[in-house]
Amino acid sequence: MALLEINQLRKTFGGLTAIEGLDLHVDKGEIVSIIGPNGAGKTTLFNLISGLFPVDEGEMLFGGQSLNGLFPNQVTELGLARTFQNVRLFPNMTVRENVMVAQHCRTKSGIFRSILRTSKFRHEEAEIKARAEEVLGFFGSRLVGYRFDQPAFVLSYANRRRLEIARAMGTDPTMILLDEPTAGMNPSETTELTGLIGQLRDDHGITICMIEHDMQVVRGVSDRVICLDYGRKIAEGTYQEVATNEQVIEAYLGRKATDAAS
Amino acid sequence: MAQTTKTPTAARPGDLAPMRQNFVDLVKAAKWGVVGGATATFVSAIGMVPDFDGRTLIDPFLTLGYLVLFLVPFAFGYMAARPPLTLEGQEPVRVGPRNVLAGAIAGMVTGLVLIVPTLVAVNFNLRSVFVNLSPAMADTLTLGQSLGVGLLLLIVGCLVAGAMGAGVNVVPARWRVPVMTGLLWVLTVGLLEDLATQLLRGLNLDALVGVFFAPGGGLKPLGAIIVFVLVFSLQLVFQRRPPRLKARYQALDQSERRRWTIILIAATAVIVYLIPVVLGGFMSEILDLVGIYLLMALGLNIVIGFAGLLDLGYVAFFAVGAYMTAVLTSSGSPALSPELTFWAALPFVVLAAALSGVLVGTPVLRMRGDYLAIVTLGFGEIARILFLSDWFDPVFGGAQGITQIPSPSIGPLEINTPPQFFYPIIVLVFVAAYISWALANSRIGRAWNAIREDEPIAEALGVNIVTAKLSAFVVGAALASFAGALFASKIGAVFPNSFSIVVSIIVLVIIIVGGMGNLAGVAVGALVIQGLPQLLREFDEYRFLLYGGLLIFMMLAKPEGIIPSRRRVAELHQEEMGQDAWLTAEPESELDEARTTPATAKD
Repeated sequence: MALLEINQLRKTFGGLTAIEGLDLHVDKGEIVSIIGPNGAGKTTLFNLISGLFPVDEGEMLFGGQSLNGLFPNQVTELGLARTFQNVRLFPNMTVRENVMVAQHCRTKSGIFRSILRTSKFRHEEAEIKARAEEVLGFFGSRLVGYRFDQPAFVLSYANRRRLEIARAMGTDPTMILLDEPTAGMNPSETTELTGLIGQLRDDHGITICMIEHDMQVVRGVSDRVICLDYGRKIAEGTYQEVATNEQVIEAYLGRKATDAAS
Repeated sequence: MAQTTKTPTAARPGDLAPMRQNFVDLVKAAKWGVVGGATATFVSAIGMVPDFDGRTLIDPFLTLGYLVLFLVPFAFGYMAARPPLTLEGQEPVRVGPRNVLAGAIAGMVTGLVLIVPTLVAVNFNLRSVFVNLSPAMADTLTLGQSLGVGLLLLIVGCLVAGAMGAGVNVVPARWRVPVMTGLLWVLTVGLLEDLATQLLRGLNLDALVGVFFAPGGGLKPLGAIIVFVLVFSLQLVFQRRPPRLKARYQALDQSERRRWTIILIAATAVIVYLIPVVLGGFMSEILDLVGIYLLMALGLNIVIGFAGLLDLGYVAFFAVGAYMTAVLTSSGSPALSPELTFWAALPFVVLAAALSGVLVGTPVLRMRGDYLAIVTLGFGEIARILFLSDWFDPVFGGAQGITQIPSPSIGPLEINTPPQFFYPIIVLVFVAAYISWALANSRIGRAWNAIREDEPIAEALGVNIVTAKLSAFVVGAALASFAGALFASKIGAVFPNSFSIVVSIIVLVIIIVGGMGNLAGVAVGALVIQGLPQLLREFDEYRFLLYGGLLIFMMLAKPEGIIPSRRRVAELHQEEMGQDAWLTAEPESELDEARTTPATAKD
């Protein structure tokens, strides 16, 4: 059964149609890559799914539940987390705190319990901390130890990207939307991250849908590739199928002059 | 990497090294002096110098007026002689006589500029416009001498003050810090003479008052010397071997630590109990007011410092607290008067304030920054006008307000004098501080922080913006209502005009000056902003001028406040620290080292 199912999705900004009649599904345990030229509507699609923009038409189902009209925090609570293309951490909070915030929707302590410091509160607090450190351990030694207490803004670019993924993992999701996870990384970092994305699915059982421009990454981990252009799906299938699809090549490289004339 | 390890000064000794060796631009120093002269003229012309001449600090040498006057060339002498910044990898600049010369020049120019207002005041009558540009001022500026001699003395005085200011840059830190601390304490004791004498009398040390203070006011020279030597030597000893109390406390084992914690709490309780007893009525009154503002500041610190919601209408919650207390406890309340006791009314007061927090918070949930500030500013005024309005006149008494609010009592003991009021106030301050601390280190506190840092991302990470923001407003409102309840029962009456916009602004200034997000900082801010003006009655007339000046100074020199929160420092100096971290960070991988420019995200 499809974990995420999108039917006839449509979104316009004024006169600009960003998404038009889009059907899409992601099965449980799959890694799906979404590719497409700039302005194809990939990030808009993510913003619609995660509740940042309201949907014009169409339906989005996650685990059988409709996502239409939900607030972003409600979508996250259902188990659908995401990262952002332009890394957006909480720069002045520590690395550990960044991930601890993500546990917000999985925990309950309110004002009174926090003030009274009940045993329940202290227990929960310890659990949040332990969970955050466990998640940060996913990236090996990159974000652990003395890094725990460093403010996020001192991290290097690659580590900021890693922390963003850790933060998404901190919400205990069943599916993560990764928006260009390897953008700006050097080749060795990209290779490392590609491996980690595979591990996310294999070891943690998290379904993944990602936007990616780096074809090495797409080829490396994707079970299925979807290509968008002008808000429509123009191709779908394995990497080989999509990469050799004429419409895809045309979308990226343009039409041959001779074809255009005919 | 290679660029940063190379030290340019060492590589090219020929042209750069001599420049770093003690280069002070004397023309620039003179320019500083002109600015100093303008400042000194301003300070004199608004009346500070002649007005403050009546207040003696060190009998018979120094009055507050002359302190203010000569502080100007001192400060500008310091600025003129300041050596250039030493960047990483550079040798520190050598300072010497030339720096002192620069300071002296700046001071002298300040003195020369001061001739102008003196001559104007003597020869022309501009008092219809500049009230204080009077012969009396000229007399003060010329130190009571004839014009020629007096002006010469003034210039020499400014020159010396400028040179002394410059000296601060030249004397090594080992000696500078004790001397400056000593001088600062002497001046502080002189300024806070009332407090100091009251303290001595309260401790039954009346005999010492005569030793330190002159009968006509001000420190005796002997008293000044004693204070200076005492502070100087203490500073000298402790800066060599700072007492590492915190580290030692943390090194203790569990049971030892618990014992010390109990001792600390007991000692604090005893000191707190003794404070109003020792300080007496007048000083307690001041402390009560400081406490009430501190309560509000702690509440606003949660709204602005923690959650980042710039609320300029905070006085509304203070007003709700005060009016609810009045309605519930006063026998003179116009409409309904259940005449509850203070403590019985308090839960209802807090509840009402919490409700008003929701009421104000709900419409502004989706607003940020400037817009939020403007709307809340409006809410603050609406609250005051509602309490003043004819519409609510039957309930709140309009402009006449509500009087006959009874004092709170504990058992048979009625609390109605300022020293007695100190106790409920300080208890609620401790409660508020604890609440702030507990919430800051909790799930809610982290959610507030996340919202302050990046609201949409916090929401996308599963933080419920609505409940988080509303809870910040509610907790802030509840703390302000504590302050309002105490205020109402302390004064015994409430009037709409006690709740003007100025209260919001003062509370905001307290947390900005003190240090946003830091509890100790907020306490210091309340003492400085609300306590000092009461002690320094002379400054009362110039209160808002000084607030403005202080705010500008703080924004330029120390935007994170007097005692900042760690996070806040990081935020305001992020770029510098980020750069340093970039330079000192260990390489991520071999490829990182090869990378010459930091990678940027491609779209």
